[in-house]
Amino acid sequence: MGKITYIEHDNTEHEVELVVGSTLMDTAVNNAVPGIDGDCGGACACGTCHLIVSDEWLGRLGEPGSDELQLLDMTPERCKTSRLGCQVEVTEAMDGLIVRLPEFQM
Amino acid sequence: MNIHTRTMNTVARVVPMHLQIKGAHLFYKARTKVFNTPEFPAFVEEPVPDVSTLALEDIDVSNPFLFRQDKWRSYFKRLRDEAPVHYQRNSPFGPFWSVTRYEDIQFVDKHHELFSAEPFIVLGETPDELTIEMFIAMDPPKHDQQRRAVQGVVAPKNLKEMEALIRERTQDVLDNLPVDEPFDWVDNVSIELTARMLATLLDFPYEQRRQLVYWSDLAGGGAEITGGETDTDLLFEGMSDMAKQFSLLWRDKEARLAAGEQPGFDLISLMLSNDDTKDLINRPMEFLGNLALLIVGGNDTTRNSMSGGVYALNQFPDEFAKLKANPDLIPNMVSEVIRWQTPLAYMRRVAKQDVELNGQLIRKGDKVVMWYASGNRDERAIEQPDDLIIDRKGARNHLSFGFGVHRCMGNRLAELQLKILWEELLQRFDTIEVTAEPERVQSNFVRGYSKMMVKLGSK
Repeated sequence: MGKITYIEHDNTEHEVELVVGSTLMDTAVNNAVPGIDGDCGGACACGTCHLIVSDEWLGRLGEPGSDELQLLDMTPERCKTSRLGCQVEVTEAMDGLIVRLPEFQM
Repeated sequence: MNIHTRTMNTVARVVPMHLQIKGAHLFYKARTKVFNTPEFPAFVEEPVPDVSTLALEDIDVSNPFLFRQDKWRSYFKRLRDEAPVHYQRNSPFGPFWSVTRYEDIQFVDKHHELFSAEPFIVLGETPDELTIEMFIAMDPPKHDQQRRAVQGVVAPKNLKEMEALIRERTQDVLDNLPVDEPFDWVDNVSIELTARMLATLLDFPYEQRRQLVYWSDLAGGGAEITGGETDTDLLFEGMSDMAKQFSLLWRDKEARLAAGEQPGFDLISLMLSNDDTKDLINRPMEFLGNLALLIVGGNDTTRNSMSGGVYALNQFPDEFAKLKANPDLIPNMVSEVIRWQTPLAYMRRVAKQDVELNGQLIRKGDKVVMWYASGNRDERAIEQPDDLIIDRKGARNHLSFGFGVHRCMGNRLAELQLKILWEELLQRFDTIEVTAEPERVQSNFVRGYSKMMVKLGSK
């Protein structure tokens, strides 16, 4: 079984089990990782599952869609490696993935 | 942009904005007289019929007494069950579509390329002479630019700075409330706290803070806009007054910034420091619109969630007991109250092209109303939706803030204000009893309380 690690803004780490076919948002919410809200339930309509990946992982998570980019644009903490967790489907290749959470969800 | 707005922008450099609005008012009066335009009739309250006695096509949910007479749940339940995308041909606001199920509402809200927020987000229209422009009623990319310029004022980072101030004021208001004797909660708590917050966000003279509430109530309360009680002449006078005060405030800030003062975290300072908005005062209708948006957005919404929470916990006393036993539930309860109350009933869109939605063909140009108040009670998306359940799972998944690019900008501030209110209430009072059925606002847009008598019992 693979692992994904979420790191909160205050550096608290949460290592959780990787579930293929879930999303990075659902994985966080189902494991009660604080700092991911997911207000719209994963419809790419609110921007409250913002997370930040490292440069080397960015290219391995698929391309963000235009609706995702538009919502990310409304977030003041956006970085160039920002993604919405609900739009990233978890695959076996994501074993060892580390994502950081922003200070706030908008 | 209509002809009046264009003219106002051109003359804005020489004629003060409030005098222009006075001129527009005269023009409006002359126009309605000369061309004999019928004035929009005031709504006269009559008992709202039981929905089961009506044919589907006669159901008109734009009726501004639906909420006041507490008939709205049965009306929307029938639409959700029998005609989830419903056409009303003959409303006083013209023909419009109602979208009433959670999933369909989310679809419309998300697809701004199919459904435009322009020119208004309410059912009715203001007179041409008073068409103020606000980014909630603009499409991308202009919307995105203007929103970005001001969203910092209510961004979470700014809120950290404000939290202590909000708590201090809440404590001050609560410590001065009478105990064991009924008083009006709406005026003494809900309006007072939101007025104080608005004055801070705008750096508006603190003693005159109730003026902001007055303008906000005027701007959203027109009969022809939302079925409210505001008279059009009063609306013009109020907007002229607001323009004058805000222009003074703007010029004062501008001069202080030019003299080297550090910009504050208030809204006007932020606008003056942003390239997209620093000349906004030269575009009077946009200037007024965006300031009005911020005061309306921060007024009725939080105010009525403050009153609605108290009312809801009186309707569901077991939930109040649960809350007292476990104050850690406050954040989740705040989301649940915002869902249960849904202080703004809907947002309106206009179809940009023909769209098929849930079996109905919506034509390009048709008005489409997303009834958040109905979607938040949709049995298909939410279990026991009419009940307040303060530890509800997924309480955050409500529609009250909207979804997509127009999602509420002040949501985090609203949640913070409500959270602090409930933390401070629980520390002081053992009982919060609604002693008489509250009075409700006349509107198809604002689901609000105008008076609610409450008696507090100390701990």
